[in-house]
Amino acid sequence: MEMLNRRKVLAQILENRGDALVVPGLGTANYDLFAVSSRDENAYMWNAMGLTVPTGLGLAIAQPDRRVLVVTGDGEMMMGIGSLSVVAAQAPKNLSILVVDNEMFEETGAQTGLSATCVDIAQIALGSGIQKTMTVNNGNEVTRLAEFLLEEEGPVLAVAKVGPSTDKPVYPTMDGPGIVRTFRAAVLGATNA
Amino acid sequence: MSDSDDGWSGEVFGLIKEAGISLVNTVPDAGLTRLLNMCSKDPDVRVVTLSTEEEGVGIGYGAWLGGTRSLLCLQSSGTGNIINGLALPAFAESPCLMLVTMRGQEGEGNPAQFPMGRAVTSVFEAMGVTCLEATDNKEVTSYFRQAVDMAFGEGKVVAVLIAQQVIGSKTFGK
Repeated sequence: MEMLNRRKVLAQILENRGDALVVPGLGTANYDLFAVSSRDENAYMWNAMGLTVPTGLGLAIAQPDRRVLVVTGDGEMMMGIGSLSVVAAQAPKNLSILVVDNEMFEETGAQTGLSATCVDIAQIALGSGIQKTMTVNNGNEVTRLAEFLLEEEGPVLAVAKVGPSTDKPVYPTMDGPGIVRTFRAAVLGATNA
Repeated sequence: MSDSDDGWSGEVFGLIKEAGISLVNTVPDAGLTRLLNMCSKDPDVRVVTLSTEEEGVGIGYGAWLGGTRSLLCLQSSGTGNIINGLALPAFAESPCLMLVTMRGQEGEGNPAQFPMGRAVTSVFEAMGVTCLEATDNKEVTSYFRQAVDMAFGEGKVVAVLIAQQVIGSKTFGK
């Protein structure tokens, strides 16, 4: 079976993102988001490994009428895995989490990740109290995955098992304050940002 | 522990309301009990219990992106858990307001608390965090007011540390 292409999967999910706010984890999720859906409503992340889900949770609490989608890798998710229990306890109806699981630390040299062997992140989510999860392995399921992430009442978590990156990284701005200003202006309006 | 005021919790709660802070993220501490109880009882303040303090930095950053002001309440030992996380608001020049109840200071009954307790200020300052250490009730209030202005007015990462002498010591029967 051909392995899922991570950038194509993300492009397909975000094709009809509507007014969704997207928080990508540092590394390839950040680059892929910029490549497939460059919008002011993207909160690009360059540091703080483990804090992508918390960032998405804070945003979901602050913007309860907007869908908030966290897109992150398996390594980043594992570092902040306890945050899934906080998400479950807060139960934001507008928060979705996509773990793009390539079972490795690709950014640092493709070292084997914990999800390659013994760890099932969707099962951890269930055990943390996130009752709706989905694991996707092939291209036929991506349409359903997009619906699950953008329309299902949250909190939800999906794991997409993907192959190594085939596309060159493209980098969003590294202007931290600029990312915040742009995002807040898009979400809150220029006068409140 | 009773909810009767300890000389600072009621004042700080008033400042939280005045500043429009509607989200309080915390790994609790005994010294924070009164304040957290007041926050929990207020319908306009959401208290989020964390699994580790670092999450509160991320939640606070995300909340700021969405237009909500937050406060992170933690015990001094938790400051060690959030160092790399502080790079997020620091890089983005976004507000991060913290209220830290100290352990490992004068009167501490558990020597295991000393290493982290002693390191808080130097570790925080190394990360560029402004530390305001209050040694009496009046200072807690005035420093908290100052910290609110620095965080939300200037986009600073700032911590009010409440010295152990203000909150009382856990003596472990000694």
